[in-house]
Amino acid sequence: MKNRRLRRADLVLIAALLAAGVLLSLGAVLLSRTGMTVVVRVSGSVVASYPLSEDREVEIAGADGGTNLLVIRDGGAHIEDASCPDRLCVGMGVIRRTGQSIICLPNRVVVEIAGPSGARDTDAVSE
Amino acid sequence: MKNPAKTAAAYGVLTALALILSWLEAQIPVFFAVPGMKLGLANLAVVTALYFAGAPCACVVSLLRIFLVSVLFGNSAAFAYSLAGGVVSAAVMILLKRTGRFGTIAVSTAGGVAHVTAQLAVAAVLMGTSSVGWYLPVLWFAGIAAGAVIGLVSGEVCRALERWKKGGGRT
Repeated sequence: MKNRRLRRADLVLIAALLAAGVLLSLGAVLLSRTGMTVVVRVSGSVVASYPLSEDREVEIAGADGGTNLLVIRDGGAHIEDASCPDRLCVGMGVIRRTGQSIICLPNRVVVEIAGPSGARDTDAVSE
Repeated sequence: MKNPAKTAAAYGVLTALALILSWLEAQIPVFFAVPGMKLGLANLAVVTALYFAGAPCACVVSLLRIFLVSVLFGNSAAFAYSLAGGVVSAAVMILLKRTGRFGTIAVSTAGGVAHVTAQLAVAAVLMGTSSVGWYLPVLWFAGIAAGAVIGLVSGEVCRALERWKKGGGRT
């Protein structure tokens, strides 16, 4: 047991781990920005998809005549307004990462962030 | 530690300590935003075991703790996560310590990173999706921070133990 708590090699190792973390974060940010899409499903089938990078407002026609107002703004998507009684989808807030989703059960609407390939890789199994 | 009785006692005390720390950590309400982010208090005992009593002791303490915790208050999914994290981080820490270049802080930091990486890999397999990979950057830094704190404290504990041993083992 040496008296010095942090030797040179320790600092080098920790610095390398920090640098790797920064690279990972940069990679994640870059990956998440390129060509992510907002996929809208009603009753399980894809009805529309929009690039996450373009601001827009869309009225989604859900099941049984219900509607959800989807707003895409500043790289995030949220439900601004909805016809359903509980409006849980409005309360779910903004989604911006791959795999995140907003679900409106009464209108059977699922809004999901997908990667560059469009639909997520699990869809092949779940559909 | 050549005396077998002393060795057995050290293993027992450190394993008990790891169990108590696991229990203690479970009492802390989850206040971190990201699932899986935690301090890993029990690794205090593992890192201390590694530096005070050597690699075999660290393995025994780590594996026994994971097994006992899952029997006492865990479930099978939690067992898979902690086993993967425990084994990979113990392996990384033992290898790094064996180079003789690193102290507890750096070794424990690398162990923390190995821990979160292994657990995310298990999560990806269990849930059948690579989406959990988005948690890696934030968990990576959490692993560095937690590992550094654990390493710092373990280092102090080891120094205190060494002083106590030199003083003839009396309190």
